[in-house]
Amino acid sequence: MKRSTIDIWVGVFVAIGFGGLLFLALKVGNLASFSTAEAYQLQAKFANIGGLKVRAAIKSAGVVVGRVSNVTFDNESYEAIVTFNVDAQYKFPRDTSAKILTSGLLGEQYVGLEAGGDGVMLKQGDRLRLTQSAVVLENLISQFLFNKAAEGKDTKDGK
Amino acid sequence: MPLLLCMAEPSLLTAVRQGLERLGQAAAAKIWRLGFAARFFVAILLNSGTALRRFRLIIREIYFAGVQSLVIILVSGLFVGMVLGLQGYDTLQRYGSSEALGVLVALSLVRELGPVIAGLLFASRAGSAITAEIGLMKATEQIAAMEMMAVDPIARVVAPRFWAGVISMPLLAALFSAMGIFGGYLVGVQLIGVDEGSFWSQMQSSVDVREDILNGVIKSLVFGVAVSWIAVFEGYDAPPTAEGVSGATTRTVVTSSLAILALDFVLTALMFTGGNGK
Amino acid sequence: MASVPIVEIDKVSFGYDAARPVLHGVSLRIEPGSVVGIMGQSGCGKTTLLRIIAGWLKASAGATRVLGESVHELDSEGIYALRRKMGMLFQFGALFTDMTVFDNVAFQMREHTDLPPDLVHDLVMMKLEAVGLRGAAQRMPSELSGGMARRVALARAVALDPRLMLYDEPFTGLDPISLGVIARLIRTLNDSLGQTSIVVSHDVEECFGIVDYVYFVSAGRIVAEGKPDAMRRSGEAFVKQFVRGETDGPIPFHYPAPGYEADLAAAAVHG
Ligand SMILES: Nc1ncnc2c1ncn2[C@@H]1O[C@H](COP(=O)(O)OP(=O)(O)OP(=O)(O)O)[C@@H](O)[C@H]1O
Ligand SMILES: [Mg+2]
Repeated sequence: MKRSTIDIWVGVFVAIGFGGLLFLALKVGNLASFSTAEAYQLQAKFANIGGLKVRAAIKSAGVVVGRVSNVTFDNESYEAIVTFNVDAQYKFPRDTSAKILTSGLLGEQYVGLEAGGDGVMLKQGDRLRLTQSAVVLENLISQFLFNKAAEGKDTKDGK
Repeated sequence: MPLLLCMAEPSLLTAVRQGLERLGQAAAAKIWRLGFAARFFVAILLNSGTALRRFRLIIREIYFAGVQSLVIILVSGLFVGMVLGLQGYDTLQRYGSSEALGVLVALSLVRELGPVIAGLLFASRAGSAITAEIGLMKATEQIAAMEMMAVDPIARVVAPRFWAGVISMPLLAALFSAMGIFGGYLVGVQLIGVDEGSFWSQMQSSVDVREDILNGVIKSLVFGVAVSWIAVFEGYDAPPTAEGVSGATTRTVVTSSLAILALDFVLTALMFTGGNGK
Repeated sequence: MASVPIVEIDKVSFGYDAARPVLHGVSLRIEPGSVVGIMGQSGCGKTTLLRIIAGWLKASAGATRVLGESVHELDSEGIYALRRKMGMLFQFGALFTDMTVFDNVAFQMREHTDLPPDLVHDLVMMKLEAVGLRGAAQRMPSELSGGMARRVALARAVALDPRLMLYDEPFTGLDPISLGVIARLIRTLNDSLGQTSIVVSHDVEECFGIVDYVYFVSAGRIVAEGKPDAMRRSGEAFVKQFVRGETDGPIPFHYPAPGYEADLAAAAVHG
């Protein structure tokens, strides 16, 4: 009776111990990472990328569909060129737009793709035409203050 | 002039000589004990046949060493991970790289904090208990009674506890790291809002299974051997009195903690600097 | 008696450290089937003598033959083999505190034999019944009184029906009823199982009641020996003093020490 409960506990302990090891190997380490998965490369130009970094997520409808692979600066248009890989299983129309978004209030930034209605799909090396730059916090704050000021004037006028 | 000084202060001279003598004796005693401990280690290995054949003996001790350390390991792991999440985010976001939080949390835990803190906790939770138990068995003549019954206490009492410690330690360290990473995830992703995808994917791309995780497991295995060895030796070598056992218990915690930290330095130097050079 | 002795000790000397010898040239013979008492005041070396017989301590001089083996010449494996034929009741019981009473008694059966669990169970119950503690089989040693623990230790010591039983102070700390039970048990076990027993004790009455022969030890020497009746009638000063529990006589009560006045020097200075 007492013995078998000890056996059960030790069994549980060893099982979750190996579970921990497995978690480290598969989820934390790269043993199961699908780096070999097929992907195609796209580019997008942004006026301002904010804090976007290499390896940031590419999301569409909230699903991670790829990763940023490179960020460079274009000497002619003075814009940022973001190169990213999209998993081959995901297809997007040619008039898809890219936005730089922020996860959470202070979280890091990612590229959001919003599919368009074109029948032709994007393929390796294509460039997205419609882009929207990162929302820069300073701009946001000044906009907010401006709105507040305008509102205050309105209510004062109303009285 | 120095000669004159010596002649002028004979009491000082004898005091210095006595001090040196005592130091020499203490060092000799330590070395003698180390030699004894090494012989004891060999004796454990030679007498492990019974314990490994009758695995039930080890299972029982895994219950006491491993299962009963589980709660403290899991809770500490969670908190250490959460603190790493907060502190790591605070530091990383200054450099605008908060998405590297997962990497920071995982690497710190898997390479260093997991094995080391789990080892320290294991030494104070299970190691001291092993020492106290064996020491008390000796003080109450249980070890002697066993020898009288023609049962070798090294095979029957010491070896199962030793192997249970060696088996439990890597599992506890892995659980500590896993729990810590979960804690970092809770704080970083759920609370602060670091992107979940980059938290995990950055982690996966930067943490190497062989370089980081396997080396961490090897570290924890080495710590397990060291702590278990120290614990069973101190217990077996304890003077059979109340203060003898309590002194041995303290020595187990102190010696194992120092051993863990020193071994950690040596192993880190061997594993990680060597690996980077390649 | 012409039979081969079970234990034969010839001029054995021993000291835990070279400076203070505990035994000086002790010789004794123990015949098969007998119960032999070893008596003497506290600290005279009785436990030490038992340990030499059990191969625990190696005598510095002299020969020790037990069950036909020369103990002082055996390696550790030989000593373990010999000990399987011996049982020892420790002065303080020495039960395994992490096992139940049942497991304590079953310990040697499980370690040394391949008996099926059913048989082990029945044997353990028989041993516990003999010491009157069958009802306590599932208790832990910490839940037993000192006397009960001693009885369990006795059941454990005879678990494998050893040929030679060594009892170290089996009577101390027992109430009169348990004491009588244990004393009779020692005798009965000895006779029914054909054992030979050595009983170390201070308790003159109980000891004389069950032993066939007594050795008196004082300061590491055998000072008297004989059958209990003869000892009772003995005119030897030592035996008379010990048997009657008198304060005055050749037995010193004090552990050897330098002059009392020397130790009280501080008081003298103050005075
Ligand atoms: N482990 C030891 N180390 C050093 N000296 C010891 C040790 N054990 C016993 N002695 C000494 O040996 C002497 C004999 O001890 P022993 O235990 O044989 O006495 P005893 O006759 O069994 O006494 P008691 O009736 O009190 O049990 C004592 O003077 C004791 O001081
Ligand atoms: Mg004694």
